[in-house]
Amino acid sequence: MQMPSPKSRRWGDSLFRGLTFLAALGMIGLVMVIAVQLIRGSQLAFTHFGLGFVTGSRWDPVHGAFGSLPLVYGTIVSSLIALLIAVPLSLGIAIYLAELAPHWVRTPVSFLVELLAAIPSVVYGLWGVFVLVPLVRTALEPFLQRTLGWLPFFQGTYYGFGMLAAGIILAIMIIPTISAVSREVLLAVPNSQREAMLALGATRWETIKMAVLPYGRSGILGAVILGLGRAIGETMAVTMVIGNRPQISPSVFELAQTIASIIANEFSEAFDELHLSALVMAGLVLFVVTLLLNILARLLVWRVARAPEGVTRE
Amino acid sequence: MDTRLLVEDFSAWYGQTQAVKNVTLPVYASQVTAIIGPSGCGKSTFIRCLNRLHEVIPGTRTRGRVLLDGQNIYDDKVDPAEIRRRVGMVFQKPNPFPTMSIFDNVAAGLRVHGLPPGTTAEEVVEKSLKMVGLWDEVADRLQDSGVSLSGGQQQRLCIARALAVEPEVLLMDEPCSALDPVSTLKIEELIKGLKEKYTIVIVTHNMHQAARVADYTAFFLNGQLIEYGVTSDIFTNPRDQRTEDYITGRFG
Amino acid sequence: MIAGRDQRRKFSNKLMLVLAAAATVLALLPLGSILLYVATKGLLALNWDFFTQLPKPVGEPGGGLANAIVGTLILVGLASVMGIPLGIMTGIYLAEFGRGRLAWLVRFTCDVMTGIPSIIVGIVVYGTIVVAMKRFSAIAGGVALAIIMLPLVTRTTEEMLKLVPNSLREASLALGASQWRTTYSIVLRSAMGGIITGSLLAVARVAGETAPLLFTALSSRYWHTGLDQRIASLPVYIYTYATTPYEEMHRLAWGAALVLVAMVLVTSIAARLAGRRAGGGR
Repeated sequence: MQMPSPKSRRWGDSLFRGLTFLAALGMIGLVMVIAVQLIRGSQLAFTHFGLGFVTGSRWDPVHGAFGSLPLVYGTIVSSLIALLIAVPLSLGIAIYLAELAPHWVRTPVSFLVELLAAIPSVVYGLWGVFVLVPLVRTALEPFLQRTLGWLPFFQGTYYGFGMLAAGIILAIMIIPTISAVSREVLLAVPNSQREAMLALGATRWETIKMAVLPYGRSGILGAVILGLGRAIGETMAVTMVIGNRPQISPSVFELAQTIASIIANEFSEAFDELHLSALVMAGLVLFVVTLLLNILARLLVWRVARAPEGVTRE
Repeated sequence: MDTRLLVEDFSAWYGQTQAVKNVTLPVYASQVTAIIGPSGCGKSTFIRCLNRLHEVIPGTRTRGRVLLDGQNIYDDKVDPAEIRRRVGMVFQKPNPFPTMSIFDNVAAGLRVHGLPPGTTAEEVVEKSLKMVGLWDEVADRLQDSGVSLSGGQQQRLCIARALAVEPEVLLMDEPCSALDPVSTLKIEELIKGLKEKYTIVIVTHNMHQAARVADYTAFFLNGQLIEYGVTSDIFTNPRDQRTEDYITGRFG
Repeated sequence: MIAGRDQRRKFSNKLMLVLAAAATVLALLPLGSILLYVATKGLLALNWDFFTQLPKPVGEPGGGLANAIVGTLILVGLASVMGIPLGIMTGIYLAEFGRGRLAWLVRFTCDVMTGIPSIIVGIVVYGTIVVAMKRFSAIAGGVALAIIMLPLVTRTTEEMLKLVPNSLREASLALGASQWRTTYSIVLRSAMGGIITGSLLAVARVAGETAPLLFTALSSRYWHTGLDQRIASLPVYIYTYATTPYEEMHRLAWGAALVLVAMVLVTSIAARLAGRRAGGGR
């Protein structure tokens, strides 16, 4: 093989470096294109409705009314239901896998939990429509009405479809995220913290509760926010089970609509400019919210990776 | 003299590796017993067996008996958590709970075991901090974080935390290895003061420290107890050649 | 120190440990249910026709989703051709040259991009490519999927390259090799297993994406005729068929789900094996 001359070698080096540099810039450019495109696309809706877009409580394309409050409501409530179910379960999984499970159990069970994340959203939706929704309609909703029916949240017709089903399916989908990140966080807690508590005569649970979880609390919060970000942006499974009716109702039995699901439903059929622009603007709101949540979550998780001040990690 | 802890033919393993080999050793009440030996001789593993902390590491096991006031702590009916309350421990590196205040750090054990009848948490915390000579330094900032203290103060805080649950025995695993000389001196003074009330077992890699603070000294090598006796005898008149080699520095 | 207190502590200890294990079992129940339904209902739908025939119009029995299977392969192929090289390049930049603020920004952008809802990507690609071409197309769908792949490939590439010991780089540079040759022949090659793993995982992830295809590639009842034409895909067919009232279409949707899940799982497992064989995998 002939050695390249020093000159051509330098040239090759800078070309290579330049190419990778361009690719990296492209990544930043891409996010900027996304932002610009969303802002440009929502201009028409913004000049038309201004802030009324967020406060308006009627979404009715046929009559040109585009108030996104019902979508925001549906997004928030379905995500909160998801968190309510997923956070305790995920913490249980993380504690089990990081602190309790015998070693031969850890790897296969972690793999199974990760498998939950590998299943496509649309398959969750399919399962939701044919398995979960009938279960919710025939068992869960009647049960909730019998036991907690005096609360306004558990009243009305049993559709199966609706806010409750959406919340449950979202919970299943964000469990892998929250549990995997929380598990990493717990594994990053130094053993000296566990032993300090155990040596005082604490039980394993007291050790977890008083030493391990507090040490990792900001990272766990980060994991939860990461899960929230996923829940808010999740589209297909929610679209398929939430019932797609933009309304605000206290009952979780009612049909609802989220920002992501209305875009999936109406975008390709929106022939009216204003309708299209309103959907893009809803997308912009979604983009900004998930962006902020993700940034916040990353910062929190990073903080645990670095130990709190004054503590030496081993 | 009373025997507080009696270790009988005790062995401990990490997986396939045997770290402690058939050790028999009495620990006398209200005395300081030092465990010395080169790194990897099993002294830390040994001390962690005295409060059943060795077993929390996966893949470990033990054989033999450890009698605390005549009761075998490895008996099936015994709750390890209760043993760990009665046998307190201080670690190599100070490990205060970073999310807790100074006050809460000392009170951490009380939160799980409850207060002794007729006392308040404030009283117990104050008493414990006074015992370690930290009260005057932190009395006006009890609500500050435990990790806001210096390294030496953190280690004394950890000792106070261990004392707050009123143990009978205090195990110290190289408690000064991460500290500066001044802090080390303070801890050594503290150990001498504490031995009236507590039985103390201290692991140290520093022979001079053992000579300064300990009444009895045990020399470990390769997991075996080579020699055990009154500290002055061990240092001035060792019976075993290996002990002599070690303390005269001709070793490892 | 009171007997009752100890009893209570021991009880709550047992209870919480059992609850943690129960949470794990409970979370895995839906996984079991999904896999079971997809396998049993899916198998009932699969036959020769499913893999060879086009979808039949509403009301006619039979037919298959051959065009959607081919379509998904084309879309994922397009996305890989665009997304994987770019992702690897960016990953190389981060691992080999990336220091200072710009690298921090790229890394951060990457992390944040993985959190952007995929439907947003759909809107943006619609607003740029579909509007410019004045039609839905396979190209647009491929670009949307590539955008989703990009940050995934970048981060795994970076992580895998960082595992390559510096001594290897120095040895090569000391022999007089140029930097790009070092990176190309030494560093990349020893990290290849990891990069393949990362790329395959990204492929598995986008193969099931539906939302970004809804207004880019759309769907089609016919065979693929060109990259500038709309194209069928398994995920979109699952969505549309599941939301119709027709039994026959539900049946095909389950079949499509089985094929899709099998594709995704096989790719994921292959990715892990590739990583393990290269030794760099975890």
